[in-house]
Order: sequence, then structure tokens, then C-alpha cells
Amino acid sequence: MSGNGANGEVVIEARGLVKRFGEREALKSVSFEAHRGELLAVIGPNGAGKTTLLSILAGIRGPDAGSISRPPGEIGWVPQQAALYRRLTVAENLRLFARLEEVADTEAAVEAMLDQTALRERRDDQVGTLSGGNQQRVNIAIGLLARPAALLLDEPSAGLDPRQRERLWEFVLSLAGGGTTVVFSTHNISEAERYGQRLLVLADGEALFDGTSSSLHAAVPEAGARDFEEAFVAFLRDRGH
Amino acid sequence: MRWLFLKDLQILRRSPLVTALLVVYPVAIAVLIGFALSRGPEKPRVAFVNQVPQGQPLFIGGQQFDLTGARSELCSRIDCIPVSSEQQARNMVQSGDALAALILPPDLINRLQSLGSLNPSQPVVRILVNEEDPVKARLVDDRIGSLVTQANLRISKKVTRVTATYLTLLLRGGSFNLLGQTLNVLGLENTQRIIEEARSQLPGNSPLGGALDKVITFARLARQNLDLANPLLSSIAHPIEVQKEVVSGSPPSLDAFAIAVAATVTLMFVTVLLVAGSLALEREENAFARLTRGLVSKWGLLGEKIGLGVAASVAVTLLMLAGLSLFVHIAWGRVLLILLAIVVGGAAFAAFGAAIGGAAREVRASSLLAFMISLPIAFISLIESGTVSPGLFDVIKVLRALFPFHAALDAMSGALDASGPAIGVSILHLAILVAAYAVLARLALRRFA
Repeated sequence: MSGNGANGEVVIEARGLVKRFGEREALKSVSFEAHRGELLAVIGPNGAGKTTLLSILAGIRGPDAGSISRPPGEIGWVPQQAALYRRLTVAENLRLFARLEEVADTEAAVEAMLDQTALRERRDDQVGTLSGGNQQRVNIAIGLLARPAALLLDEPSAGLDPRQRERLWEFVLSLAGGGTTVVFSTHNISEAERYGQRLLVLADGEALFDGTSSSLHAAVPEAGARDFEEAFVAFLRDRGH
Repeated sequence: MRWLFLKDLQILRRSPLVTALLVVYPVAIAVLIGFALSRGPEKPRVAFVNQVPQGQPLFIGGQQFDLTGARSELCSRIDCIPVSSEQQARNMVQSGDALAALILPPDLINRLQSLGSLNPSQPVVRILVNEEDPVKARLVDDRIGSLVTQANLRISKKVTRVTATYLTLLLRGGSFNLLGQTLNVLGLENTQRIIEEARSQLPGNSPLGGALDKVITFARLARQNLDLANPLLSSIAHPIEVQKEVVSGSPPSLDAFAIAVAATVTLMFVTVLLVAGSLALEREENAFARLTRGLVSKWGLLGEKIGLGVAASVAVTLLMLAGLSLFVHIAWGRVLLILLAIVVGGAAFAAFGAAIGGAAREVRASSLLAFMISLPIAFISLIESGTVSPGLFDVIKVLRALFPFHAALDAMSGALDASGPAIGVSILHLAILVAAYAVLARLALRRFA
């Protein structure tokens, strides 16, 4: 596994994470670090263990072995499917979770998130009536209510059209620019190359690579791969996946 | 079309709970209905204490009464359980093993025989009953009343024959034995004949004084015989008197019981469906994982759902009782007890609903499951002891104890009416069920996310 090139304060540190579901080993001794303000993309084929890794980092599941170091209560988590109450309005959802997060000034946090997500005009609309992209923005906004030091995004752009994806990534980049560490999983390789400052490649629960997209490209033995996606597939093939 | 059909079958195959329900439920209902139809109504089980000396024959008006046949007929209508002592019978009635106990006293034969004599003494049989609720009280009264009517009819036929003998004696004359003395009765026909003769032959100071003496004697005896007719007629109407003793249960009024049933059924459906659906919705909205990763503990979430169920229970049940109070009397002076019954009953149903929601994991599946389990349990809980075989009733008692409906009904009956069942035991029972179902719901949440 390649080393990483990120610098700065370590916000999340995972060491030797193992997770088993019955006989199947979903994570095989995965280790990595994420730094302040960094955008870390977790990529890999379907069933690689991306969601399992993020759910362990979020504290939803416990690992069978290994350890995680993270700032207590300071990790925001945005699941792949919008975890929202569709019959509540945008503002009601934000207010509910702000209260559950015990945010000091609930209304201020709600207003800030409405601004940040550019959904002020839709604040009184039921979430079920919003487009998938807007639902995802509310979904992310809820993950940010407590102003976490790190944000975990599980396939954040899944199901969004190109314009919605673009607006989503603008939003995420602005978060990272503000010092929030963002760890996101995706199987959209070009998105990972474009937005991920560092890549963690998982396949069959095993961490195969940890570094920048250019170093992954360089690690591909087959010369002449036309784009990053081809290079990634060649990399996996070379590693027996 | 067939591919869609196959797809639906595949989905069903991957929902083992729903599939199992779809198979088990109709089979269970078919077995229950088939059992009920094939068996017909169970004969009521009545403990039978016979204190009459063995072998003592019964003669009424000189005719032997067929005691063996009478007992066989009685036991063809009820399930006679011979017991040796009153205490044993009392225990069976108290435990619900028997609907009632019939006690035949030692002097029954002598008193029955006296019905055919000039000094009738009304026989008395004793009935011990368990009236846990007004429905059962009415059932017991109907069954026992029917049996006593049957017995009275048989005896009254015998007594009627004796009465007819006396009336014939009065009409045609003859002799009868009283305290070892044979008395001759002239009879109305002879009297008429003599008086007619006297009238036609009486010239004035006629020496027919002897015949007139006979008429006078007849008149005296006729008066005495007519005096005897009153107790005889009374014994024809009700040869046997029944003394009923309630050994267990003091049922509330039928109105209060009906209100309690309505309130408990409402409480059950509203609370179970609401809580089961609400918990399953947390998963369907993908909010469960977000909530339980630190915002709310799983126990906290269950507590909130049970609290929601209790709040809905209180609102809906009080609203229903307020509506009912326009038509029937509600003892609002007992409102604290009513609230206690609603809160604890609601909590038990809510915990039950949470376990269902946790197990079903989907809103529609949890609603279906809640209906499928709650409805039969409510029906089963209304079956009375003594109306089914002891083995079956033992199973029913276990089911009743495992689900909140019966305990909630008892609590509600006791709260609504002072003469209802004691509320303390039911509240304790419900509290235990709250804890048990909350633990089951918590276990179900382990595979919820």
C-alpha cells in the first residue's frame, strides 16, 4: 500500500480494522488517517467494504478488531439514502436534529443550514416533495448541524443528475475549504479523481492503495491507460480483483 | 405478467416473517373454526356433589321416581364431574375448572317425597358459581336455570299425578289413609246425588238427618282438602328451590363490562398499530441509524415510542369514554383509577407494538402482524372458564397471561366499576408485560438497522 501525501492534524485514525459478517470478512485489517480539511475518497468495486468502513467510522457498527481514534461526538454522518422524515418540512427536520444534537442555538443553526444548502425558499416544504438532489442537501445539512470536525458521506452523489452533482460538490468543497475533514465513498471513479485529494482503494475488504490519484495512475503497470478509470481497473486487475 | 408474478414470489420468499404468517395464520384460523364447528358448543362442566345416602329410593305419591334415569338425563346436558366434598367442588369452581357446582343435600329425597304428601317440604339444592364477569354470570344463570327448570318439570309431572288423585277423590269419593286412619270421602258426585234425593223426598220434618250428617262431614273434609291444595300447587310450580352462592368473582354491571371491552379493544388497536408502525417507520425513513449513533439510545427510542403509545391511549380512550358517557353512566369519580388502567394498559400494548414493529421492520408488515396477532388474542381472552375443556382452557390461560389484552380488560373493568375485578393484580401483570415486551423489542432492534 502506498503512503499518503496529506499533511496537517490527524482527525481520524484507523488501525487494523476488521469486520466479519458470519463467515465473510468485510474488512481485512484496514488502516488509514484523515487530516483536517482533507477530502478523502474511499473507492472500490461494489461489495468492497466502503459502506461498512464508513459505518464503523460513524460509530453505527463496532469493529471486530482494530481501533479508531476520532474526536468524540465530532463526526457528522450522511448515509447513502436520505435519513429524513419525509412528512416533515425542511426546517422541521433541521430543527428536530439540531435539538437532538443539543446544538446551543437551535434556530441559528437551522437558519445557517438553510443558507448553506440554499434551501431557504423551500424551508416550509415537506421533504418528500423535494427532488433527490435537494433531499441529499438536507441530508448533508443534518450531518453538519453540530459543526463536526469531520464529515462522512456515503455515496453522496448517487442518484443525482449532473447539475445536482455539481452543486453538491461545490457545497462539499466549501466545507473542506472551511477546515472540515470530508471522507466520502463513491464508485464513481472520475468523481473520486476530481474531488478526492487522497484516495483509499478497497477491494474485497482489503485496503489496496492509499494516496493521490496521480500516484495511483503511476502505480498501474500497464502503460497507456487512456484515463483514470482505465488505470483504476488495471490496478485492480493487477492486484487480483 | 408471469415474470412479475415470479418476482413477487421471490420477494415473499425473502420476507420469511410475512410468508410464515401467510401460511400459519389461515391454518391456525382453519383449525380454530374447524375445531369449533366439529365439536359444537362444549357442555358446561359442573362439579356434582351428591350427599344423598346411596340406594335411597324416591317415592312420590306411591310411585317410584327413576333417580338413575334423571341423573343420566342431567349429565347428558352438562358435563357432570362427580366430586366427594363441597370443598373440592368449591375449589374447582374458584379455579375455573368448573362453571358451577351442584350440591344435592342429604335430605333431598325425604323432601322430594314429602311433595306427594299432605305436609310438603320444599327441597333445596345449592349451586356454587364463579362469576368473574357479567357475561359469565349470565351464562351461568342461563345454564343453571335451564337445568333446574328441566328437573322441576320432571318432578312436577309426578306431583301433578298425586294432585290429580286428590281431585278425583274429591269428585268421585273414596278412601285415603291419613296418619294410619282410613278416611272415607263422599265425593261431589255422591253429595249431589244425596242432596237431590233429599230434595225430592224431603216432606218437611223428614228423618234424613243421617244423610245430612254425611253432607256436613263431606263439607268439612272438602274444606280441609282445599286447604291442602295450596301447598300442593306451590310445589307443582317450583318443586325444587335453588340457593345460589357466588364463590368467586363479583361481576361489574353488564354496561360497565361492555364499556371496558370497547375501551380495551380501542386501546389495543390504536396503541399497537401506532407504535409498531412508528418504530418501523424509523427504519423505513433511514432515520434509525442516524438517531441511534449517539443522538438517542435504543432504549431511549423505545421509551419514546412507548410514551407515544401511552399518550395516544390516554387521549383516544378518554375521548371514547367521554362520548360513551352521553349514552351510559361512566363513574367519573373513579377517574384516577381509569387513568391508571389506561396508562399501564397503554404502556403494555405500546411495548407489545414496539416488539412487533421491531420484528416486522416495515410499516405495512408491522400493521398486518399487529392485526393478525391482536384480533385472535382479544377473542381468546373473552372465552369463559368452564365453557371449554380444562386442557384447552389451560392453553387459553397461558395465552392470556402472555398478551396484554386480558389483564388490560380486567384493569379497565375494575377501574370503571367498584364491583369489578381487583385492579392491583392486573396492573402488576401489565407492568411485567411492559418490561418483557420492551426487552423483546430491544432484542429485535439489534437487527433493525
